[in-house]
Amino acid sequence: MKYVSEFQDRNAVQYLAASIRERVAGKDLTIMEVCGTHTMAIARSGLRELLPDQLTLISGPGCPVCVTDVSYIDRAIALSRMHGTVIATFGDLMRVPGSDSTLEKERANGADIRIVTSAMDALFMAGQKAGQRVIFLGIGFETTIPTVGVVIQSAKSRHIRNFYVLSSHKIMPPAMKALCEGDVRIDGFLCPGHVSTITGPAIYDDIVKQYGKGCVVTGFEPTDILSGILMLSKQILAKTPAVENQYKRAVLPDGNPRAKEVMDEVFESCDTPWRGLGTIPASGLKIRDAYASWDASVQIAVPVKESREPHGCRCGDVLTGRIQPEACPLFGNPCTPDYPAGACMVSSEGTCAAHYKYGFHRK
Amino acid sequence: MCLAVPMRIVKIDGNSAVAEAGEISQTIDIQLVPSIQLNDYVIVHAGFAIQKMDESYAREALELFEEMGRIS
Ligand code: SF4
Repeated sequence: MKYVSEFQDRNAVQYLAASIRERVAGKDLTIMEVCGTHTMAIARSGLRELLPDQLTLISGPGCPVCVTDVSYIDRAIALSRMHGTVIATFGDLMRVPGSDSTLEKERANGADIRIVTSAMDALFMAGQKAGQRVIFLGIGFETTIPTVGVVIQSAKSRHIRNFYVLSSHKIMPPAMKALCEGDVRIDGFLCPGHVSTITGPAIYDDIVKQYGKGCVVTGFEPTDILSGILMLSKQILAKTPAVENQYKRAVLPDGNPRAKEVMDEVFESCDTPWRGLGTIPASGLKIRDAYASWDASVQIAVPVKESREPHGCRCGDVLTGRIQPEACPLFGNPCTPDYPAGACMVSSEGTCAAHYKYGFHRK
Repeated sequence: MCLAVPMRIVKIDGNSAVAEAGEISQTIDIQLVPSIQLNDYVIVHAGFAIQKMDESYAREALELFEEMGRIS
């Protein structure tokens, strides 16, 4: 078993899509796929074409690059301009617009900014660059946070003193709750599979209890997504909201206990700003005092001007499901993946990028 | 940056391992999944194994799909 192609079976896809159409006929449902990887998978596989018109899928705030606040980018840029500093970042952040520059532009102007695919690579870099400081831009949800935690622990145990993390890590449930309190209709959530791989499905219990919305933890292959939508539709129509797990092969009831332990040991809860959603209480994770020596926000003071959102960009409305990207006046002209005006057009998991790339018009 | 994919473990060396998927082979960190063994499939994200795939649940799902294929 390769755990990929088997879950793309055409017959099963047809069967599941037909079951959804049959069930939803004459009803009217709105489901939010929270996770950017779901948005991308749905766009790429053309699943939307198989779904009935009455079933509206809206994209949520689950793309870490897209919800990174402008002020964070501005701070990263300010740090990159400091002497003796190397910035290590996931590639997606390079082109996210700050108030008046991007990391990509700063690199073209001579800043030492390196793309890494793992926080561990940034730590190795620090080991090789004595005399310089390496700052890793730590963004991401529960999926990524334990990996950064392991790296910070390694920095401590190996006494690497020139490595820092600028943490803007975020956790998913508070943002979902904020959406439940908002004015956008959501009948149920397709919950992010790989966040849940770490946490287990229980983190969504409150959303069911407090807001009566169904939550189905869902995988990323076409049969997974359709099964998830079918399970959720059944719940919504029967008015029996619950937390269900479609993605059992990767999401165990307790998640990954080791990863949760690391996350808890290195990070603690804080309020944090989300692009488009504003500051959400207890939705962020900051580095604990015991690891403050590796916390860039504690160790490196740098003046940052007041931030401003890119003019005219409606990422905030896209991230909350209020509008589809095509409704943004900048969509496609001038905002494209090559010249993004907003963060949602930058990351391959961004809703605007998915819409642009696959040119589909949502139903 | 959120991509996470199943890969097979082909070599283990302390805290790291070599994992493969199709033509791609990658060195990954395995500290988050202590029970890892050779030939296990793991989900790889940002250079780390973040979970072992559960074969029995995967088979269960596939059997269901096969059945769907027969009736559709
Ligand atoms: S199309 Fe561009 S400018 Fe408009 S919301 Fe999306 S990212 Fe922002």
